[in-house]
Amino acid sequence: MSDIAVMDQVPDSQEVNAKAESPLFHIGAGINTHKDANSAGVLLQEDKLAGHLLIRGNRDDEAFNIAINNVLGTGLPKTLQCIYVDELSIRWVSPDEWLVICAGDKVYELEKRLRAAVQGHYAIVNVSGGQTLLVLSGDNVRDVLMKSTAYDVDDSNFPVGKVVTSTLAKSQAIICRRNEDVWELVIRRSFADYIWLWLEDASREFGLVVNSK
Amino acid sequence: MFYIYCPYCEEHREEEEFHVVGQAHIDRPLDPDSLSDAEWAKYLYMRKNTRGLYQEQWLHAIGCRKFFNMTRDTVTYEIKETYKVGEQPTVV
Repeated sequence: MSDIAVMDQVPDSQEVNAKAESPLFHIGAGINTHKDANSAGVLLQEDKLAGHLLIRGNRDDEAFNIAINNVLGTGLPKTLQCIYVDELSIRWVSPDEWLVICAGDKVYELEKRLRAAVQGHYAIVNVSGGQTLLVLSGDNVRDVLMKSTAYDVDDSNFPVGKVVTSTLAKSQAIICRRNEDVWELVIRRSFADYIWLWLEDASREFGLVVNSK
Repeated sequence: MFYIYCPYCEEHREEEEFHVVGQAHIDRPLDPDSLSDAEWAKYLYMRKNTRGLYQEQWLHAIGCRKFFNMTRDTVTYEIKETYKVGEQPTVV
């Protein structure tokens, strides 16, 4: 275990009276641009206050790979790949960098387990407060993305299980395709409101329903 | 617009995602304290302005955020190759 102070960023609300607000806490179901969820082209949901852990390390270091595998239950994804296991999703970010997303109340435990397992030259940073996860589903999500990013989101270039960091509107996002019709965006907290307004505008013609959870 | 192959993402991306960072293969002096002002200024500021093949650094800023090198023809703007930091160009 490395000698680094770690902090539970989502303290037990019974003991600490801390108020947590997601970057898009102000988006409620009341501002849908479309009435009927069944006929809406785009369903948008923020995965609120999820745990985001950034792992950095040497992919060629076998001990590093084994330690990560033991904790996460899977190897780290290869270039431009994302993996979903149980309650976790793992995104490739760069050749020595991966983003693990889990439930907000599980991230502290996961970070401690990772730090206990991994030795040597590595970094693990809890970036939960700096970004948020948007889940877009529906028949017209690709049409919205085509208006929003310069990246080619055609099936031939963007199969299920691929992840890219690219431009989104005048900001950027980690864009991941989870299923045929389910796309996920990891966006910066400071750009969250701007991107929300952009997506609301871009999906208006297809009908947008915000699924607040 | 350029369509640039990132050697780390292993695919082509739009130029929008990149920043150019200037001339490549400039070695940092091993012992900066022993340099004269002229030598230090040369290292910091003096850059080639090549007509033809030119090696330059690029940054995949909105992407994997890695630096890499590119050989580009400054006359035709044709990109001859991109390669990782630490590697040598094959087109010179």
